Amino acid sequence: MSNPLLEIKNLKTSFRIGEEYYAAVDDVSLTVNENEVLAIVGESGSGKSALAFSVMGLHNRAKIEGEILFKGNDIANLPPKKLNKIRGKELSMIFQDPLTALNPLMEVGRQIDEVLFLHNSKLPKAKRKEYIVELLERVEIPRPEHVYNQFPHELSGGMRQRVIIAIAIANQPELLIADEPTTALDVTIQAQILDLIRELKNDLNSGVILITHDLGVVAEMADRVAVMYAGQIVEVADVDMLFNNPQHPYTRSLLSSIPLLEDEQDRLHVIHGIVPSLKNLPREGCRFSARMPWIDDDVHEEHPELHEISPGHFVRCTCYKHFYFPEENKEDQSHDITQS
Amino acid sequence: MWKFTVRRLLISAPQILLLSIIIFWLAKQMPGDALTGLIDPNISAERKEEMREQLGLNNPWYIQYKDWLAGAVQGDFGESFRYKMDVSELVWQRIVNTFWLSLVSVFFIYAIGLPLGIISGRYNDKLIDQLITGYTYIGFATPIFIFGLVSLWVFGFMLGWFPTGGSVEPGLEPGTLEYILSKLQHLLLPSLAIALIGTVGTVQYLRSEIIDTKQKDFILTARAKGAPERRVYNKHIFRNSILPIAAFFGYEIVNLINGTIFIEQIFAYPGMGNLFIESILQRDFSVVTALVLITGVGAIVGALLSDIILSIVDPRIRIK
Repeated sequence: MSNPLLEIKNLKTSFRIGEEYYAAVDDVSLTVNENEVLAIVGESGSGKSALAFSVMGLHNRAKIEGEILFKGNDIANLPPKKLNKIRGKELSMIFQDPLTALNPLMEVGRQIDEVLFLHNSKLPKAKRKEYIVELLERVEIPRPEHVYNQFPHELSGGMRQRVIIAIAIANQPELLIADEPTTALDVTIQAQILDLIRELKNDLNSGVILITHDLGVVAEMADRVAVMYAGQIVEVADVDMLFNNPQHPYTRSLLSSIPLLEDEQDRLHVIHGIVPSLKNLPREGCRFSARMPWIDDDVHEEHPELHEISPGHFVRCTCYKHFYFPEENKEDQSHDITQS
Repeated sequence: MWKFTVRRLLISAPQILLLSIIIFWLAKQMPGDALTGLIDPNISAERKEEMREQLGLNNPWYIQYKDWLAGAVQGDFGESFRYKMDVSELVWQRIVNTFWLSLVSVFFIYAIGLPLGIISGRYNDKLIDQLITGYTYIGFATPIFIFGLVSLWVFGFMLGWFPTGGSVEPGLEPGTLEYILSKLQHLLLPSLAIALIGTVGTVQYLRSEIIDTKQKDFILTARAKGAPERRVYNKHIFRNSILPIAAFFGYEIVNLINGTIFIEQIFAYPGMGNLFIESILQRDFSVVTALVLITGVGAIVGALLSDIILSIVDPRIRIK
């Protein structure tokens, strides 16, 4: 296999709260290859967006340690001037909320034009306009010439997300980061947007990091999946392997909390407790242990590491061997955990 | 855009009409009339009554209002008993002076306020921002008449850098370069006094808008496009932060009228504000009525201007 497109090595992104730094992304290592969709899944607050922002260099006051190798070059902590040469060109991002991700005072066409102009100022304006109209057509926006002169508030959420996608793909990026691209959209539009991202990925042969908490989206889109919990990766595997043979207790809990049509369950499985906040993250031992108190403490590693249990399938901490779901009748006790 | 402006204009017309009714009614509530003070005491009561009848002072108020309005629309506000000249002529001279004072003040307000607000918002919580914010607090706390007096005393009287009164050096030919320079020199100190105090609201407003806009998602989009910081600020943050300032522009004019009343008095500047205070003290009612009406119309036009500016700069407000 050739060099990976993106290789993240021991990335640690910390934010300052008061006098101390707290790591939101802790020792994450990942690779993304060309024409591959890597999904990053996890609950809110698990650090998946912080990870994406670190790659894009969008954190304002974060301390970033480790390496982010993009096509072999380390782009972590790159000075803005150099970073701006690749951002929007080789590396681009689709944001979560299309309603707020566009400048309300600028015509849609000009917002797309900006990313072209910034990276290819020699192209004459008329040519750029021609290309933008093509782009708008490409992302399936009807009446592109008309939309070119419209303002964001004149478009629907789905249309705006298409515009954001058009901005992201305008310079044919090699790596596309999609941060929950469908969360703010309704279900029918979601499917269309996902189809569009997949098509574009195949056309451009680019790598995609798809950040989501929707396992349905993962199953639909991803080649490989990384599951994040509390700033760490707890399991990485090919998508089939992950769905058919999940190992880490967190992955298993996530998957069992999806409602299935064929099962007539009375109640859904829930993961007890909440993701600890940045300040209260456990820094030692198995970070998920607090949310499965019925599991014996001895089964956790002192310093949990990723174990390759089959080729390409990594799981953190040895506790996965001993995990089982609690009995239904323990439900009452578990409420105490949530409240404590 | 035009539809919006026309609609907004149509709303302003009844506002002005209502304003004029209120002003006229208030003026009528004041004790006395033209035949109580300003008249030969030897004239008999019957003769006075006759003259009242002639002058229409015995008519019901709405007839009188109609007559007054008919005059006012044609620019006839009656005669000032103190200056013995047409109110419109008198007021016009003063308005020109006040106009120049306001114009230079507005220039300074934005020339000082915009850069300070931008720096303060961009480098928020840094030392430079703390200094600027400190200045705005002092500005908020200082009454304009105190500041005007102190600056007149220091720069006009003690240091002698600026003239201490009037709007132009006497004896200069209007239209010559010296005349214009002298006018400017007389304007400088009062307008700076107005601007240094008047701009603090603009600074604070702009600062908080910029801090707010900095955290918007579309700023992330701009950065993700690879836009350099300078461009992110100029094209995205600044443009979005300036909206409320632009919207405030019209109201700034109203504030200025209030500001100039004190400042003109302190600097003995022959403007509208100065005339206003004198006329109230002298009970020169026809002048007071005219000035209140002009000020009120100014306020309404200011609000109208604000709305029109906002509709130009913010596409979301335009009516289809």
